[in-house]
Amino acid sequence: MMTTPITETSTTPAPAVQLTIRGLNFFYGKYHALKDINMDVYKASVTAFIGPSGCGKSTLLRAMNRMYALYPEQRAEGELLLDGKNLLDADIDLNDLRARVGMVFQKPTPFPMSIYENIAFGVRLHEDVTRAQMDDRVEWALRKAALWDEAKDKLNQSGMSLSGGQQQRLCIARGIAVHPEILLLDEPTSALDPISTARIEELIHDLKQEFTIVIVTHNMQQAARVSDYAAYMYLGELIEFGDTDNLFIKPRNKQTEDYITGRFG
Amino acid sequence: MPTTEHLSKQYDSDLDALRSRVLQMGGLVEAQILAAIEGFSTGNPELFERVIETELRVNGYEVSIDTDCSHIIVRRQPAATDLRLIMAVSKTVTDLERMGDEAEKIARMSKQIHERDRLKVQRFGQIRHAGNIAVQMLRQALDAFARLDAEQAAQVVREDMTIDDEFRSIVRQLVTFMMEDPRTISSALEVLWIAKAIERIGDHAKNVAENVIYIVKGTDVRHTRFEDLEREAKS
Repeated sequence: MMTTPITETSTTPAPAVQLTIRGLNFFYGKYHALKDINMDVYKASVTAFIGPSGCGKSTLLRAMNRMYALYPEQRAEGELLLDGKNLLDADIDLNDLRARVGMVFQKPTPFPMSIYENIAFGVRLHEDVTRAQMDDRVEWALRKAALWDEAKDKLNQSGMSLSGGQQQRLCIARGIAVHPEILLLDEPTSALDPISTARIEELIHDLKQEFTIVIVTHNMQQAARVSDYAAYMYLGELIEFGDTDNLFIKPRNKQTEDYITGRFG
Repeated sequence: MPTTEHLSKQYDSDLDALRSRVLQMGGLVEAQILAAIEGFSTGNPELFERVIETELRVNGYEVSIDTDCSHIIVRRQPAATDLRLIMAVSKTVTDLERMGDEAEKIARMSKQIHERDRLKVQRFGQIRHAGNIAVQMLRQALDAFARLDAEQAAQVVREDMTIDDEFRSIVRQLVTFMMEDPRTISSALEVLWIAKAIERIGDHAKNVAENVIYIVKGTDVRHTRFEDLEREAKS
């Protein structure tokens, strides 16, 4: 009989932290939607949030780039630290923040303009670039989003003329064109067919080398496929957060276990 | 372990069916080993025939339970404890099938010993004793599987040490016989194979028990020290 002790199989070193969440609370008016969330989002990796509808996962995602700021009755308290600076501070420039923390939504939302302009539009807001630089940037973003081959001959056509899956990749290209640090994906494939979904998942895998990705998904298999870390949320609380493989094979919390095995209800 | 049921009743009944088929297969293997050991003691040819016939049914169970596992994986994408159960079942049926092979080996060797009649099998009460321990281990492992009892599974692993000791003691005894009378060598070698087969059955029962700990605790305790395994089972 061999005599190796029981050890963790993972030998990877502790990852670098991109975003630190401390004591985060969120309110829709009087409704307490997020309750004292504490966790780290790791750099150059994919973190997935899972949980039943209304658990607060999208709320948490939206807090990360203050999407809620459009609605006066919504407020967040606590700390979302990016490079040591609290994103919730009043002096944060929201346009700047949303370039650093980009978001892609459930339904593809191309602007009603050309494919080229869909990407150039955001870049122009944040940077002064020459036409040639812009051409390069558009090509770079479309290549990164695995859309270049399909779109290069019709850059002047409307973004709306693309298929659903292509539109979603255009939105990802638009998001990364401004070189964000974090890319937030809110159910990015729920409106897409399996092939388009697989393309986006492949893309997520490629993009995580350069960007920190946070994804909210109802599809647990998708969370298991694409993420390095996963968090289970329920009723506004973070129930369990950890390495994705561990969470899906050996969850520490019974609530997590019940949810991922389909015993919830 | 989650005690609540799945949202899908069909999923629950698929998993229940899988578990009970493993237990049926285990029961069959247990009867097979008992018959083989009894055959060694009595030389009853009917018992040998029964062991060999049962082997085919055991093989059939192995294939069909593995197929069921694939179907559940494809339909349900099991996670956490369900995933661990499926993984463990697939390994357990391999162990059970191998135990069946060992029982068959015991039956074949016993048949030869009795046909040659050079060695008085009555002198090998120890084989019977070790065989009973092996059967007891299997029974306990299956019981631990049925009740998902990690502590009972740990006891099976402990028992395996006893059976290893028995094996060594039988080997010493056989060496003595062979030195006393070289005409007994070929039969003594057959007894040795039988002892080895029993020892292997113990190893497989231990594997089944380790699989139970994996299902319940989520920790792979293969190739760990017994103290670590026991601590994990009690955690």
